[in-house]
Amino acid sequence: MSEQTADPAADPQAALTTPEGGEERPRGFWARYARASSLVVTLLAFVTAMVLGGILIAVADPQTQDASHYFFQYPWDTFHYGFAAIWRGYVALFQGAIFNPHTASKGTLAGYLGPISETVTNATPLILAGLSVGLAFRAGLFNIGGQGQVIMGAVCAGFVGFHWDLPPGLHLLLGIIAGALGGAAWGGLAGFLKAKTGAHEVITTIMLNYVAFFFLAYLLTAKGFQQSGSGQAISYQVHGSAQLPPLLGDSLRVHSGIFLALLAAWFVHWLLTRSTLGFRLRAVGANPFASRTAGMNVENSYITVMLIAGGLCGLAGVSQILGTNSRITGDIDAGIGFDGITVALLGRASPKGIVAAGLLFGALHAGGTQMQSSTGTPVDLVQVIQSLIVLFIAAPMLVRAMYRLKGSAAGVSGAALAKGWNG
Amino acid sequence: MTTATVQTPDQLVVEHVVTRVPVSRAQRLGAGLALVFIGLVTIWRFGVDGHHHLDASIRLGALNADHVPHFTVPATPVAYVAGGVTALLGVLWLLAPRRRFFGLVMGVGIFLFVAALLCWLASASSFSTVDVVGLLNSGIALAVPLILGALCGVMCERSAVINVAIEGQMLAGAFASALIGSLVGITAGMLAGAFAGALIGAILAVFAIRYLVNQVVLGVVLNVFAAGLTGFLYDVFMQPHTDTLNTTPLMELHKVPLLGDIPVLGPLLFDTYTIVYITYVLIIAVDVWLFRTRWGLRTRAVGEHPRAADTVGIRVLAMRYRNVILGGAIAGLGGAYFIFSVGQFQKNITSGQGFIALAALIFGRWSPRGAVGAALLFGFASAMQVTLSINAPSIPSNVVAMVPYLATILAVAGLVGKVRAPAADGEPYVKG
Repeated sequence: MSEQTADPAADPQAALTTPEGGEERPRGFWARYARASSLVVTLLAFVTAMVLGGILIAVADPQTQDASHYFFQYPWDTFHYGFAAIWRGYVALFQGAIFNPHTASKGTLAGYLGPISETVTNATPLILAGLSVGLAFRAGLFNIGGQGQVIMGAVCAGFVGFHWDLPPGLHLLLGIIAGALGGAAWGGLAGFLKAKTGAHEVITTIMLNYVAFFFLAYLLTAKGFQQSGSGQAISYQVHGSAQLPPLLGDSLRVHSGIFLALLAAWFVHWLLTRSTLGFRLRAVGANPFASRTAGMNVENSYITVMLIAGGLCGLAGVSQILGTNSRITGDIDAGIGFDGITVALLGRASPKGIVAAGLLFGALHAGGTQMQSSTGTPVDLVQVIQSLIVLFIAAPMLVRAMYRLKGSAAGVSGAALAKGWNG
Repeated sequence: MTTATVQTPDQLVVEHVVTRVPVSRAQRLGAGLALVFIGLVTIWRFGVDGHHHLDASIRLGALNADHVPHFTVPATPVAYVAGGVTALLGVLWLLAPRRRFFGLVMGVGIFLFVAALLCWLASASSFSTVDVVGLLNSGIALAVPLILGALCGVMCERSAVINVAIEGQMLAGAFASALIGSLVGITAGMLAGAFAGALIGAILAVFAIRYLVNQVVLGVVLNVFAAGLTGFLYDVFMQPHTDTLNTTPLMELHKVPLLGDIPVLGPLLFDTYTIVYITYVLIIAVDVWLFRTRWGLRTRAVGEHPRAADTVGIRVLAMRYRNVILGGAIAGLGGAYFIFSVGQFQKNITSGQGFIALAALIFGRWSPRGAVGAALLFGFASAMQVTLSINAPSIPSNVVAMVPYLATILAVAGLVGKVRAPAADGEPYVKG
């Protein structure tokens, strides 16, 4: 969508970093750099987070640790080993996420496309959850309940997947619909409570996360859901007819859920820019009081947007249970609900940005796993990098100050994203 | 009671209007029907469907201790009476609700339900017995970190900084106290935990106050950050050197000389760990601080109307920095409690307790006393959950585990009265 249609409340950085019109254009690279756009801030946030992550890698490296004992006699060793460790770590990250020459030299399809397959597999639910959070942002709501909605989506889709016997296409379709409805019900509940009683959606969605978590834990010990005969907390297996077909054969994990995610991104884009409902949602997000005065039904909008947002998270659950995994376990949500928040923030709540951000974080997750197995750097590093990126993006003033960027001093609109508990 | 202020153009008239606050329809129906439902469940599950002809054996102390008060009560009649009274209270509430008695009515209803449940548990077979003091003890033990987390929330949110990062602060505190506790000792470990919590609190404060980042976003991100960083450092440093870096001494019980000898309360409250005594002090300190000191008054002013506070010369931002960092230290102490009760750190050891602390804060309506009460209630609910999962597999313990969260949803939905946050909570203050 164009920058003009983006409302300042849901997209604060876009609003505050758009150069003031009518002034003379800055000349020269550095001048332009200094009046950086939000894209530059995003890039710098990414670079800064990677640098800080690199320091952690160096600290974790045993050789560097040994060399640091004689740092004051011979500091070069510490730096040498440190940089070597960082280089190894990030090369492994790249190899796990994009292209690995060692496996590609085998000449098989899996060797060439394995890393990309992992990236896309990881990115699919992240994009869907990011869309959910982003859409709610645009309507002025903070959907922090991704975890619960993903769980409910996975539970409903999984239930259809392993209990019903249907012909292949229909079974998958019903599974997807069931998942979306499960998530929508859970999200819609928070929207309903907000609309009817004024309960803040952040509080209710956090609480609903835990209710869903314990509900799943209960189901995984319940008859008819738990794999009979197994003492483990694991569900039945989803029938083959309900699984999202793999894209590149059975040797690679990537599945057609990515099309579901892209379709959802297109739908959200259409909804926000081309539909009356989307206009209403954005208006309510920008200013609920003005929208009410203009005759819009604010309460109804809250319920609608939370239904759709929940449905999108439900689809993330579908991708988890009908695509990536085939059995429900206690950690089926795999942190996707909370990662979705970071994806939506990095993507600045626009569908295109969310797809890009989802792919980036998917790549980080895929690469992090490879990094752990080949260099021993714990995969938790990815979580640190991810949170640092979002922290810097959420605080553009800090990034500007660090890199001596000029820009509007105002960062006030960053707070307009979601108000306090009473708002 | 309310105080209505009426202002006429000529003079200021302050009028005290005493009214009986009407109970909202949602609260009337919600609470009333809930009580009737609980009563009927009690009668059906523990009475009709209960263990007939067996008496419940209730003990006020461990099974192997000497001179433990011990009595038996007939289980099914208790269930009938308790259920009947609860249902009756529900009907009365539906007919004539009184806001003043709301807490009392709900408290009695829940107490009777729990009593019937315990009698039912204690009468499951002729050998079964329930140790009420032990149950309360483990409830308090589970509530201590919740209390500390909720007090942290009170400190932050009363000065209008939303703190969703209690979980992260506890986790950071837990990690630091495991590390320093293993290297130096418990006292140093507790200090390190408080310091690490304060550090996350300081990050929260700087980004929320200086860089005006949305505070809920910030809290979520800080939780991810703390979980990632502690997990990373755990894998890198603690895992390979468990003996030296991740084996802390355990807390020891300290008995208060006179108070510890009181029959039931003594072992319950005054024969416990140092952190729990610190918690007692903190509870009183925060309550007194918030309502009886100049600092507390200013904190509340900053939380309700920062511009007015600024106008009269209160340094709004300094106030917020101070309170958020101190609050972080309290939450970090809560993290230390996890470590010194089990002796080592694990990834994600706090396991969502920070969010229950947040729930307790909201359920307790942002007041220290309310938050502590809610934390105790939630701690007791977890203790019940543990007991039930061991003694009564027929009751799904996971459903019991939902209780704190459902209760909080009902609270914010207005079914248990009006829950209102400090007016400026979550809004950054920009001078000018």
